[in-house]
Amino acid sequence: MQNTLSASAVSDFSLFRNYELGRAFDEMFDAAGHPRPHYLPLFEMLLDTSSEELQSKQKTADQSFLHQGITFTVYGRDEGTERIFPYDLLPRIVTAKAWAHIERGLVQRITALNLFLRDIYHEGRILADGVVPREMIYSCRQFRRQMRGLQVPRGIYVTVTGTDLIRLPDGEFAVLEDNLRVPSGVSYMLTNRRVMKRTFPALFQKCGVCPVEPYAEALLATLRALAPNPRNEPVIALLTPGVFISAYFEHTFLARQVGIELVEGRDLVVHDNFVYMRTTAGLRRVDVIYRRIDDDFIDPLAFRSDSILGVPGLFHAYRAGNVAIANAVGTGVADDKALYAWVPKIIRYYLNEDPILNNVETLLMTDAAQRSHVLDRLDQYVVKAVGESGGYGMLIGPHSTAAQREDFRRRILDNPRNYIAQPTIQLSTAPCFIKGGVEARHVDLRPYVLYGDRVTIVPGGLTRVALTRGSLVVNSSQGGGSKDTWVLQQ
Amino acid sequence: MLSRVADSLYWMSRYLERAEHTGRLVDVHLNLMLDQSAASAEQRWSRVLAALGHPVAPLSQIEPYALAQTLTFDMANHSSVAACISSARENARQVREQISSEMWEELNRLFHEVKRADMENLWETEPLEFLRVVKEGVHLFHGVTDSTMSHGEGWQFIQFGRYIERASSVAALIDVHFGFFPAVASEAFDQVEWIGLLRSCTAFESYCKVYTPELKADRIAEFLLLNAEFPHSVRFAVDRVRASLEAIQEFTNSRKADHVSRLAGRLRALLGYGQIHEIMVGGLHSYLTDIQRQCAEINRCAHELYVSYPVEAALEA
Repeated sequence: MQNTLSASAVSDFSLFRNYELGRAFDEMFDAAGHPRPHYLPLFEMLLDTSSEELQSKQKTADQSFLHQGITFTVYGRDEGTERIFPYDLLPRIVTAKAWAHIERGLVQRITALNLFLRDIYHEGRILADGVVPREMIYSCRQFRRQMRGLQVPRGIYVTVTGTDLIRLPDGEFAVLEDNLRVPSGVSYMLTNRRVMKRTFPALFQKCGVCPVEPYAEALLATLRALAPNPRNEPVIALLTPGVFISAYFEHTFLARQVGIELVEGRDLVVHDNFVYMRTTAGLRRVDVIYRRIDDDFIDPLAFRSDSILGVPGLFHAYRAGNVAIANAVGTGVADDKALYAWVPKIIRYYLNEDPILNNVETLLMTDAAQRSHVLDRLDQYVVKAVGESGGYGMLIGPHSTAAQREDFRRRILDNPRNYIAQPTIQLSTAPCFIKGGVEARHVDLRPYVLYGDRVTIVPGGLTRVALTRGSLVVNSSQGGGSKDTWVLQQ
Repeated sequence: MLSRVADSLYWMSRYLERAEHTGRLVDVHLNLMLDQSAASAEQRWSRVLAALGHPVAPLSQIEPYALAQTLTFDMANHSSVAACISSARENARQVREQISSEMWEELNRLFHEVKRADMENLWETEPLEFLRVVKEGVHLFHGVTDSTMSHGEGWQFIQFGRYIERASSVAALIDVHFGFFPAVASEAFDQVEWIGLLRSCTAFESYCKVYTPELKADRIAEFLLLNAEFPHSVRFAVDRVRASLEAIQEFTNSRKADHVSRLAGRLRALLGYGQIHEIMVGGLHSYLTDIQRQCAEINRCAHELYVSYPVEAALEA
């Protein structure tokens, strides 16, 4: 089933000695083992480069991440130790044509999901029309009753999205997850590019790659567009849980790049339904909050009362329309992994169009027939908890033990609404520089979608890599890495 | 600038100053113990405790080396050298994006050096070496700060924290010393102890340049209190406090800074125009107590003005 490149033109080229072409779609080589045209410049460069040169480039790149302070904190005994997020040297390349398709698909999908959120928090037409069952919404833990009837600025709920796309074995891009709450990782998209430009300047120039740098400006414009009472210079703040979480680097990075203030909950006060930040020059009114805190923790008066990260009274100010919060509260209901199965219908319902990007097949554990089908074949499916992210609460059937399957069987039967199952999908593979050679590893793609006065997608994204051979889990919390993503200009 | 950020920068710097001062005091007094009979060792360390603002234990309970170790390493003692460095780093970590990477690296390095497991052993064998590492680390940090960070509002808060700590700790030290040793020339005038006082403020060499090595209590008091050029004198520190507060006032355009600036200006004038004879006649102790009280008040008012102001007060503006 697996064939290496031995039959192809590069058989004698030692860098590719361990490059395996499996069932998955390979980004670089076609089934016959010939490099695809858009990968040709990279391929030719690799033919001219020794393993030692690549190793030295990898070392330079890693050093550069460390020196720029692009690190995440490792918890535990070694107080103050910081690591870099594993970075793979070789770019993942996407053609202009494929990107145009992705872009259209994402614009369509986000537009529809945004309309859906507005609808379910107001009239609920889609529920009345029976397109999405009411119980799907009201049984979702991410549904926020408090948001009913609340007018959000410009009617925009999902300001920043990081949609996870995968490439199916036939080469088609499909949506695996809509991350509509507080998607992270965009700082790596930007820093990977910075480092890449230094490691392969000539190749980069030769290929004609779309810049990702406009992201910071686009994010600023998007957040500005949400300011409730357009003033000349709306004050925008990024709300972080603080220095103790691993994404803190990203928060400081974005605040600096975008030129907005980095605040913690304790820096903000609400008075008469206006939000202010405490500065040495007194209170300063805040118009837009780009929050990187979950709904639950945002306001102890409205949500979890034991939260010390949030701002008491913030939700009231939001309700009064005096501050914009991005993303809006309650967007999690639309990225519930069970609701995901309805997204194609949602797109058809609001836009009267066929989805441009497809879903992957999803079986609902609330459905008796689908449930028993899956329970009989747990070793073939991926089971996911609907409200989790980051690769937690997940069973990968083919790589699981009998005990794990038994555990999930019990959990599914206990709470069927909390689980869905998907067939184990072979994510596409891309060349990665591993232990001195080039090998194929599974990757996904997370482009970042901004929605302010319009939808903006910076051509690029975060390509996450499952660095272990054969692994299908790309999450950074589960040992994944990342690589730069090149969208070609033509 | 966010109030929280200003506060963290202020405390980062204040804790470092405290670490350095405590370290030097312990260093000097360990040295002085070599010249002394055991009888006065307990009194010596009881003075050190008082000068550092610690509750003073009964003499019978003072165990000099154990105490020196508590002042240096004990993490349970919040003002030990090690605890101060750890607190300084914790404050710096909260505002890492506001300080230069060089500053962070320097402070982080110092922190890890102090925390190294074999440091306690080093203390056993070469306590002075350990204290040298600390003092040098703090000096390096300030040098790096001055040359890599913009001298803007944040930098001014760093100066404010550093010099307000210095002004009050030097005043406390002088107070304790003069309270114990007779200031008039007599047989009881103990040269070694007065040199110790100057050394505790790195002042011995500078004193000699101004007054020659002839030690006189009122000259020493004048030097440590009123000298305008010596960086560890109370006057010098208060000058810096006032300058940084004025700069902060300009940065924040604060209309309510009047009170704080009056307080700082008054203290500055008290030291700038004071005559040492009048001070000695009027009672050094009450003078020094008053200086410490004024420092505390400046600190409290500045904190209230820039950091912990009540929301209502800010809304009136």
